[in-house]
Amino acid sequence: MHPIRKKRLTIVLFLVAGLAIAVGLTTYALRQNINLFYDPSDIAAGNAPVDVRIRAGGMVEEGSVIRDPDSLKVEFRVTDFAASLQMEYVGILPDLFAEGQGVVAMGRMNANGRFIADQVLAKHDEQYMPPEVAEALERASRGQHKAADLEKAAESTAY
Amino acid sequence: MWQWFHKLGSPKWFFGIATRLMPWLLIGGLLLLAAGLVWGLAFAPKDYLQGNSYRIIFIHVPSAFLAQSIYISMAVAALVTLVWRMKLADVFVKAIAPVGLVFTFLALFTGAVWGKPTWGTWWVWDARLTSMLILLFLYGGVIALDRAINDEKSAARAVAVLVLVGVVNIPIIKYSVDWWNTLHQPATFKLTEKPTMPMEMWLPLLLSVLGLYLLFGWLTCLRMKTEILVREQRTRWVKELVLAGGK
Repeated sequence: MHPIRKKRLTIVLFLVAGLAIAVGLTTYALRQNINLFYDPSDIAAGNAPVDVRIRAGGMVEEGSVIRDPDSLKVEFRVTDFAASLQMEYVGILPDLFAEGQGVVAMGRMNANGRFIADQVLAKHDEQYMPPEVAEALERASRGQHKAADLEKAAESTAY
Repeated sequence: MWQWFHKLGSPKWFFGIATRLMPWLLIGGLLLLAAGLVWGLAFAPKDYLQGNSYRIIFIHVPSAFLAQSIYISMAVAALVTLVWRMKLADVFVKAIAPVGLVFTFLALFTGAVWGKPTWGTWWVWDARLTSMLILLFLYGGVIALDRAINDEKSAARAVAVLVLVGVVNIPIIKYSVDWWNTLHQPATFKLTEKPTMPMEMWLPLLLSVLGLYLLFGWLTCLRMKTEILVREQRTRWVKELVLAGGK
């Protein structure tokens, strides 16, 4: 390669590498601000500010959704399988909201450690499948549970 | 290899190649895209959770792929402009920047339309969406900078530097969903790993992506040929071409 071109190439590569390092360090330093939401374990560890508008996200715990029959008030627990967080919301939930689905909620932590949400967004994962496949999976997992239950029952009655 | 590289630097040679390639790119692209879209929009199964609204993926993902691929190819061309001063590389950047802008806008727009029924919001300032918006502004900046400088050579260098500066954004877009908590889910359509969707959804998506790439190739040839004709209007081969009626 021609020496002038080699020199130009080195300059350009240095420019891009330096810039990448600068941007890398900046985003690393700002990672808490770039994260869209706090995990329940972040909040349990006391990393989230109290009484400041924040977002919290995780999976809606199975069997934790309690709907108030007279209003739009909903209570549910959100978990990341390490810690869980009690949430309260008054309003219309997105269609995809369900137990076992991800949500991201905007709101404030109150003094009692409850999260008062004023907006709830549904988060979905990258899995797509036809309804029949989902049903089959559901059936299969229930079948496994049943088998496990039977085993447990057999164990407990073994003596 | 170097001989091929130097040939690529000749606008006349490229003009001939592009003219021969274009019908194939156009026919192949239209067929693949039509097959992918008809299959995806009408025949692929519904999603168990989102129902029919997930079908916007057949437009959203190909546009987003193109938006990022176009920027990466612009960055390679910018490197060639800066190091080898090859004119054709600059023609390429100039020709495809507006195309990249359109695809980035399409990806953002279809994403917003999709986000409303699934997430419950049109827009959220998470890392994926924000870095895509920055990409849109980068394309806008590249086009504006190019138009703002009258001298062809200085415009080419300034644009090349801007394109290379902006390339840092590409890995941020790609890995934003893995590095940070985002509302946007991680990638479904992966070339290196097993896809997280069944074949009857993945294949039409693959066809639309490939079709859109071919159509982009066709559009690139068309736009580059126009730009070459403008720049080389004083040369003999262009004058002969025009006198021969463009044949």
